[in-house]
Amino acid sequence: MGVGALSVWEKSSTARVTAPARPRKLAKVPFVELADGRLQGVVSSGSDIGRVYVSSVAARTYAFACSTNNNRPCGGARGMFCKHIQALVAEAVLQYGAERVARYLAVEPPDGEPTAQSITGAMSAERPEKGDASAAAQVFSRFLRQLAYLEREPVTAPLPEMQWFPPTRAVA
Amino acid sequence: MVPPDAGGGLMRGDLLSDPVEGLDEALAVVDAFDEALVAGLLRPGPAQAAGVSGLAGAVAGTPLAARVAEAAEKAAAGTGGEDHFVALAAARSALLGSVHDALVQRIDEAVGRPVEGDETAGPEPLAAAPEEAANLLAAARSWLCDLARGGWRGLDHELVAGAAPVVAAMLPEPGMRRRAALLDGFAAELAASCPGATLERVPVRRWADLWSRALLLTVPGSAGAGAVGTVTGRLLPLGVDVQEHATAVQAQVHAVLEPAGGGAPRLVRASVSAPKPDTVVGAGLWQLLRPRMSLLGAVGEGRSAEVEAMPVTAEGDLLWDDALARTGEPADAFATARVMLSAATAARVEPLDRHPVRIAVPVLLEGYAAREGEDGLAFEVAGRLLAVDTDRMPAAGPLTPEAVAASHACVGLLRWDAGKFLLQPLAVETTVRKKTVAVHAGAWAGGTSDKAGVRAEKAATDAVAVLRERAGRLLRT
Repeated sequence: MGVGALSVWEKSSTARVTAPARPRKLAKVPFVELADGRLQGVVSSGSDIGRVYVSSVAARTYAFACSTNNNRPCGGARGMFCKHIQALVAEAVLQYGAERVARYLAVEPPDGEPTAQSITGAMSAERPEKGDASAAAQVFSRFLRQLAYLEREPVTAPLPEMQWFPPTRAVA
Repeated sequence: MVPPDAGGGLMRGDLLSDPVEGLDEALAVVDAFDEALVAGLLRPGPAQAAGVSGLAGAVAGTPLAARVAEAAEKAAAGTGGEDHFVALAAARSALLGSVHDALVQRIDEAVGRPVEGDETAGPEPLAAAPEEAANLLAAARSWLCDLARGGWRGLDHELVAGAAPVVAAMLPEPGMRRRAALLDGFAAELAASCPGATLERVPVRRWADLWSRALLLTVPGSAGAGAVGTVTGRLLPLGVDVQEHATAVQAQVHAVLEPAGGGAPRLVRASVSAPKPDTVVGAGLWQLLRPRMSLLGAVGEGRSAEVEAMPVTAEGDLLWDDALARTGEPADAFATARVMLSAATAARVEPLDRHPVRIAVPVLLEGYAAREGEDGLAFEVAGRLLAVDTDRMPAAGPLTPEAVAASHACVGLLRWDAGKFLLQPLAVETTVRKKTVAVHAGAWAGGTSDKAGVRAEKAATDAVAVLRERAGRLLRT
């Protein structure tokens, strides 16, 4: 009957499934996520404060895309990773740890311990194709949704279900 | 040495490690049902059908019997509808509620604490609040039922993404926060685990917990935690418990309320929560919450608070309003625990909300020996080991696992998870150069002059400033 078949982790109501983000500076890359089979995020333009780029790299194929929030293609992302994608990888490594980023993208850097540089290098070496930028709108809207969280007032009515979400000191 | 009748310090550790009758049987039924959710209920095989039927068998002697039996039959045949899934979630919840009750009874015996008017003044039946958007609850329910059909192994991004519009519509409504916070945290975990087919391991009980909890909260009126009265008196904080997922945070101050005009002291909580971007972490959590609850500042300074006519729920949760409180005299959490904890009455969790995860009983421990073992830190209490959950202590605070290991007194929350009791430290006393020093997990709640704390505050302020700047520019377009 499967009694005793579950491990302690499987029987835990408070098992930690995802590690919290590590603190990092947000000026250059305000949003990063490992989602939908891609490393994707939002990169602030270096020259125009009103413009951001939505950049992504797919797991496994490393197909990449980069365009502005107004859907203009990034001039730098033609045959290779643009500087926005490089910044995206670097900040993802700060937020999630190099190991988790490498695992998610299915990258095996040649010499052991992954770093932002070795992950970017290993992907570039595969001469990835340009991917389609159709997911950009969704990524951008998720970013806006999170920004909107800051506008929500705190409440003092208890949220009993938060008991299922204890903090953890473990890092990603 | 601690005299035998000292405050709340003496806990019968032996009771906490003795088996609780009926616990394993109840949990085995829960496990079998939970495993059915791993494969999903779209085309249940014999094992899943047995898991679902087991649930019906376990509640056969209760008022749920007929509805759950019907639901189990339909679900086992792969034809379960939304109401059937709700009935199954209710049965699972009832079982875990009974586990909760058995564990709480055991803690009451171990701690020897009086209980507040048990069961006598039960709340009136929950009435559906008219403002609860029925269509939002229906949308949440439909998403949750799709999850159950597909099972955790059937998770994919498209399925999980179905939660986003529901959460987005719930968040602006403060009365929907409870549901929004749960669904958002749950969905984020599921999204991070896609595709389910290739998951190395599944958090079987956890996801079944979150699923059934969320499903029950789609019943209109289920999330009522309104005030049943008010309290006036002196609030003596014991410590702060923090909970967080990627996009929400809650801080709960556990305290003893000394009612004005006498009467037995009461254990109460004051909570404050907020949604947040996932990059706001560490000290940034305190910064979000601080402005809404002055009590965090008082706790950080080691002070009491005077409250006047502060609304309180049946579960002992203060519905905090800064206008009804002012910061009071210095108050030492350990003095409060030693003098008042053993006499303070605790409110009961509402029946619908009972689950072992809700167990968080403030206790004081002294005269233990800290033991570092394979499974982490444990305190030897009365010859038995009590596991210490140092992982729950917030990173943005001065209390470290090392300080806990070196401590000789501890105020903490007694909890239970995965088959055993655990102690979550809220504060410890250690000896530094022959002097007793208290270290609190929530010491930075109101701000800090600690060097590492100041750095964390600065980093968090900068992060939020960038996000606000981005929001100002981008949210309007």
